[in-house]
Parts: sequence; C-alpha cells; structure tokens
Amino acid sequence: MVLRFLSGWKVRAGLTVFLLFCLLALLGPWFCSSVLHISPTALDVDSVSTPPSAGHLLGTTASGQDVLAQLITGARQSMIAGLVASVLGTSIAVLVGVTAGLAGGVVDSVLTALTNVFLTMPAFALIFVISGYTQGGGPVVIGIIIGIFGWAGGTRALRSQTLSLRNRDFVVAMRMLGESRVRLALVEVLPHLIGWISAMFLGGFVGGVLAEAGLAFLGLSSASTVSWGSMISEAQQGNALLGGMWWWFAPPGLCIALLGASVTLVNFGIDEISNPRLRNARRTLVRRARQAAVKGADSDE
Amino acid sequence: MPDPAVLEAVDVSMRFTVRGGLGRTATVRALEHVSLRLHRGRTVALVGESGSGKTTLARLFALMYQPTSGEIRLRGEPVGVRRGSTARAYYSEVQMVLQDPFASLNPMHTVRHNLRRALRLHHFDGDLEERMHELLRRVSLTPTQDFIGKLPHELSGGQRQRVSIARALAVAPKVLLGDEPISMLDVSMRLDLLNLLASLRDEEGLALLYITHDIASARYLAEEICVMYAGQLVEGGPAEQVIQNPQHPYTKLLLEASPDPARTVSAAGQSSFLPIADAGEPPSLIDPPGGCRFHPRCPVAKAECRTAFPARTSAADGHWTNCWLYTSESEAS
Repeated sequence: MVLRFLSGWKVRAGLTVFLLFCLLALLGPWFCSSVLHISPTALDVDSVSTPPSAGHLLGTTASGQDVLAQLITGARQSMIAGLVASVLGTSIAVLVGVTAGLAGGVVDSVLTALTNVFLTMPAFALIFVISGYTQGGGPVVIGIIIGIFGWAGGTRALRSQTLSLRNRDFVVAMRMLGESRVRLALVEVLPHLIGWISAMFLGGFVGGVLAEAGLAFLGLSSASTVSWGSMISEAQQGNALLGGMWWWFAPPGLCIALLGASVTLVNFGIDEISNPRLRNARRTLVRRARQAAVKGADSDE
Repeated sequence: MPDPAVLEAVDVSMRFTVRGGLGRTATVRALEHVSLRLHRGRTVALVGESGSGKTTLARLFALMYQPTSGEIRLRGEPVGVRRGSTARAYYSEVQMVLQDPFASLNPMHTVRHNLRRALRLHHFDGDLEERMHELLRRVSLTPTQDFIGKLPHELSGGQRQRVSIARALAVAPKVLLGDEPISMLDVSMRLDLLNLLASLRDEEGLALLYITHDIASARYLAEEICVMYAGQLVEGGPAEQVIQNPQHPYTKLLLEASPDPARTVSAAGQSSFLPIADAGEPPSLIDPPGGCRFHPRCPVAKAECRTAFPARTSAADGHWTNCWLYTSESEAS
C-alpha cells in the first residue's frame, strides 16, 4: 500500500518538498551556525538593506540581519506551530467525530452540542486574545491554541461520514458476523475516513503555519523568536514594500506557499489509498492507452 | 413436521417510530403478528412486494432489532438483541446474505480478510488458509488462489455474492437468511446461485429463508412459500399448492403479474397474460387500511374485510390462508 502510494509523481514531488522543509526545521539552526556561519540575529552594520550578494545570499534586512539565516531558522518555529496545531486539532476531531457518529443517542447529542459551541466561537478573535495574553509562549503555545479552537469544522464532517458508514451494508454484514464494536470502528469504518483525516491533518498543518504567520504579523509572538510570520511582520514595519526590498518579504511568503502546495500534492495520493478504485482505474487506463498506442503504431507501419 | 423448527418467529410485530421535521413523529407498522418457522434442510420462501416487511422480518431474525411484541426463538429458546460473545454465539448459528453484493463487502478489504475474520471470530482452530480455499471451492470460486487476494471491485456481482455466501458459511451456520440474494444479479447468474443455495441446503442441512419478490424463483428453490402483504402473512403452504391453487386474491395477483413461459401462448394461439386492470399500490404502513390490509385493492372485497383481519383457514395439506372468502365458507359449512 505504501509503495503504491509513492508511485504517483504528485505524491513524490509533494513529499520531497515537504520532507525538505522538515529537514530544514530539524537541522536549520545547526546548519546556519556550523556550516554557513551566519546568524539570524547578528547585525551587519556595514551592509544594511542590501540586495542578494555573495556575502549575504538573500540580502539583508533594514537593520542588517541576514535574510537567509532568518529564513532557515524561522522554518522551525513555523513548522512546530503547524505540527502542534494539526496533531492536536485532528486528534480531537477524530475522537469526537467518530465517537459521536458510532455511539449515537445521548453521547452523540452531547458531543454535537460541544462541537457546535466551538464551531460558533469566533476562533480567530479568541486565538488573538489568548495569544496576546500568553505573549512569549512560542510556537508550541500558539499551535496548542490554534488546535483547540480549530477542530470543530472537521469534526462535523467526520461525524456525518461515520453516520453514513455505520449503516452501510458491509458494516452491517460484519456486525452480523459477530464483530466487536471497537473492531468495527477501527477496521471497517476508520479506513474509509483516512482521506478525510489526512486532508484535515494536512489542511490543519497549513492552517497552523498560516495562523502562526498571521499572529506574528500582527505582532503577537514573542519578540525573541524568528519565524516566517515575524519576518514578514518586520519587513512590513521596515517599509520593505515601499523600499523595493523584495528579498526581505518574498522568501518567507514563498516558503509558506510552497509548503502549502507540497501538502496538497501529498493529499492527492492519500485520496487514492482510501479509494482503491482511483488507483486501479488509473493503471488500467494507462495500460489501455499504451496498448492502443502500440496497436496504432503497428497499423501505421 | 417431523423435526422441530430451528429458528422461528412467534407472533412477531414490529413498529418503527420515525421522526419528521418539527418534532412530529409517526409509527410505521412494519409487521403485524407474523409467525414463521424454519426447519433443518428446508427452504421457506417469503414472497411479497417491496415494502411489505420481508426484510424487516429477516433483520428481526438477525437480531438487528428487538420486536415490538412476540419473540424470535432459536430451537425453542427465546432470544433478544445481544452484544459481545452472546451475540457471536447466536451468529455462529444464524447468518445472513444481504441483497446488494456491491455494498455488502467492504471495498477496502480482500476476500481473504473477510473469510479470515469470519473464521477467527468463530474460533476456527485448524489450517486457516486451507479452510479459506475450501470455502471458496464450496461456492465455486475456482481457481481459489486467483480469488482469495482480490478486492471487491475486482469481482463481478455474482462473484461478490458468492464471497458473501462463503463468508456466511465460514461460521458453519445452521440457518441462512437470504434477503433477495439474487435480485441484484444478472439473470444469467441467478440460476447458478439458486442451485448453489439448494446444494448447500441439501448437503449441509441448512435451514434456508429465501426472501424474494420473484415467485418463479421461490417455486424453483423452496418447499414452502409464504406470501406477505403490507406486514401481514396472507397465505402459505407447500410451494406447489400455493402456486397451482392460490387462495388469497393477493397471491393470485402476484402470480398473474409474474411472467411464466408456459402461459405465454394458449391453445387458441393467443397470449394468455390476463390484462391486470388496476393493480393499485401497496398501502402506506404509517396509516394502513383497517381489517385485511389488501381490501382497497381486492377485487372481491366484502364488508367484513374492512373491519377485521380474518382468521387462518387451513387445509389438510398444510396450505393456509387468511381471507374472509374462506372463513365464511368454513363457518357456513
């Protein structure tokens, strides 16, 4: 299954980019200080606001900091916020949504009410207030806040999917075989939700990165940490756009966009796992097309 | 009947409460005082229109609902809705084959997974692999090694239905409930599957409940036919008697509605299909007609048909019906 999953070019491209970002998040700070010998915070007063050059590969900021060093170091903060937000948000959503869908009755009513409460909360405003309150908490705290307020939408989707799956014939058939409720949930129902869950996870990841960037842009992250959001925020404060200093705000923006694109590409492949028909349809189509091409070539000769 | 019933429904009624919008509720009277017995090595066919309650009865036998009144008995012991290991014990004797072979197999699991789960759940101790191949041979999915690793979408409708049957057989049941097992298959596959069911019944002594709306296949497979209309059993008895000498007007209507090759050309060389004047519609079970539920459609309805459901009239050969036509006759004589 895993090997098949890797066979499409979209998945490979997406996964490659995503893993590169993960590597960057893991090793970035060490790479900066030990290999490139640059620091995200050191001020180079001799070259302020310089465009990309041999000395500073991606130029410098208005106060003379190296943009490349900031970009590499900032990856970790952004990715941690995204990861914490998506792991937390998806876990809550799966737990609440699938339980509500399968259990039904009072349990379902209570969990649905809880979901609706979180759904109607003005999430971003609350995130704004709480992260303002916990200023300096860093990416983990921001990720937790985003996760706690961001799970409700996906939960409703998962619950309704589970509800429809619960009464499908194949679940009924396994139940009439005497299958236990836990195994029905985990083996018969949950695999059909993989597409949903992974889409939620990856969407939540990008959402977390974006929310962190947004909060940092609005000045609600600790001043000492460098993230892609804080870079864009500082670029805005330093009038980078007016001064034509594209090298300051474009790289972090592009990184966020690239991360989002890679995640979407991976999602295409996961869709094929939860719907086996997609992958075989594709393979037989390719085979038929090839055969047709061979036949066509034969008849031309 | 020589041996006692393996599985029986005794005076079972089933009502469902449905919730409409704005908190309105309605009661669907799906089954009314139905009794049915299944015997070892015999097939009972349950015939009726869509929505007549056939599937509800099968699901009651499969313990999916608790009947509103009456009870299901396994070898004379009343059984209720259960969970866990007691449910498993029941399902090791009673298995069901569902109507739609395209929905009854999980699209993500192979044939092997389905059979292995069935064997594991019912504590099969022996060579799992060997037993799985044996089951596939039993339902004529050969060569078995070609089929065991297949996913459902790689199989045809008939093959899927065979896998469903193999899965049900894996637990070595005493009773097999077939809920229209052939209605979704190509016509060319149906006879094969009927023959398979018949041989399973004969060789393994299964008690078979065969639910269908196709009275011709019921005649082919079953020793006994029960006719159901709008949740009530209206006629039953040995298959040939019910077909050759239908008593209840609804059974006659059903027989007239089914194409029979032998009847197409009469001696005069004309089509002998009787034009069915106004067959009507099956009634709503939320607000069913009183008395005999068939009376709005019945060509020979009388006054008492509107007020009360008739008592059962039995003939010596085991053929019975619930119809005022015969009740009044027997009272008069």
